[in-house]
Amino acid sequence: MPPSQNDRKQQFLAGARDTFPLLVGAWPFGLIYGALGIASGLSPLATAAMSAVVFAGSAQFIAVSLVAAGTPVLVIALTTFVVNARHILYAATLAPQLKGLSTRWLAPLGFWLTDESFVVAAKGFEERKTLEERKWYLLGSEIAMFLNWQIATWVGIAAGQAIPDPASWGLEFALVVTFLGMLVPMLKGRPELISVLVAAATALLAINLPHRSGLLLAAVLGILAGLLAERAWPRKEPA
Amino acid sequence: MNELWLLVGMALATMATRIPVLITLSRRELPEGVRRALHYVPPAVLAAIITPIVLLDEGQPYLALDNAMLPASLIAILVSWRTKNLLLTIVVGMAAFLIWRAFL
Repeated sequence: MPPSQNDRKQQFLAGARDTFPLLVGAWPFGLIYGALGIASGLSPLATAAMSAVVFAGSAQFIAVSLVAAGTPVLVIALTTFVVNARHILYAATLAPQLKGLSTRWLAPLGFWLTDESFVVAAKGFEERKTLEERKWYLLGSEIAMFLNWQIATWVGIAAGQAIPDPASWGLEFALVVTFLGMLVPMLKGRPELISVLVAAATALLAINLPHRSGLLLAAVLGILAGLLAERAWPRKEPA
Repeated sequence: MNELWLLVGMALATMATRIPVLITLSRRELPEGVRRALHYVPPAVLAAIITPIVLLDEGQPYLALDNAMLPASLIAILVSWRTKNLLLTIVVGMAAFLIWRAFL
């Protein structure tokens, strides 16, 4: 029996509901992104459009700081790729669980895949075994994140135009707590912990490298440190 | 700054990390070595993004009591470690940050 309209709607709404905490967490971050976009010299239209066509909070955040510093577009695009490279893992993790879906579904599900929806899906898929349930569940999570992010951006743009020096609000701390809340549960053993410590130390020491390239260096050294640490302390979970 | 090229470049760079792998790997497996390396990408990148925000100010170390991000981050780490609850971590961490800022 094909799934009814009702089941689809139910899964879609369940995905959106399970994403709710992350919608809240994205708000201050969206506000400050919108405000910083204006402060960086981007037009309101470009600031809003970036949220719609890029839809990657941390990369957008870093991009507007690079725009403010007059960085060439090519360098910004490369940095975006590096910062978003973690999505390759998200996609690789979810792909086997979506085996059999058509490209018509996979392309939009991939486009909208963020840290937040990945975390929601990784958990939600455990109790959803059919493709039909999974695709509507993930889509619900992703569309909730997407709409929430657009609205938060618009409000941030309006605030950025109305209020001087939005950076002084300290709202970028919302990014820190959200990422900490996602990061800490990833530290399942010593290799992960060592990887994170090496990446963090490198990011601090390399902060003055041009075009924020310290971020790339930190990611690479963090990965290598984790792989090396695995030799001494094997991972608790299979890769 | 050409805004159109900025948007096109960033959109393509982001899509390249999200869409091709999802489509390709829903049909075949990722090599074991690549999988093991990718396992460390999210924690390493997240840590590399947030650590300088918390510990530095304009590129200089900022280890002072009036840096509200320090105590608030420690509290957020503690809450996340003990509860694994994301919303609780965000709310408690943000509250700790705002309260510390208001009173110091």
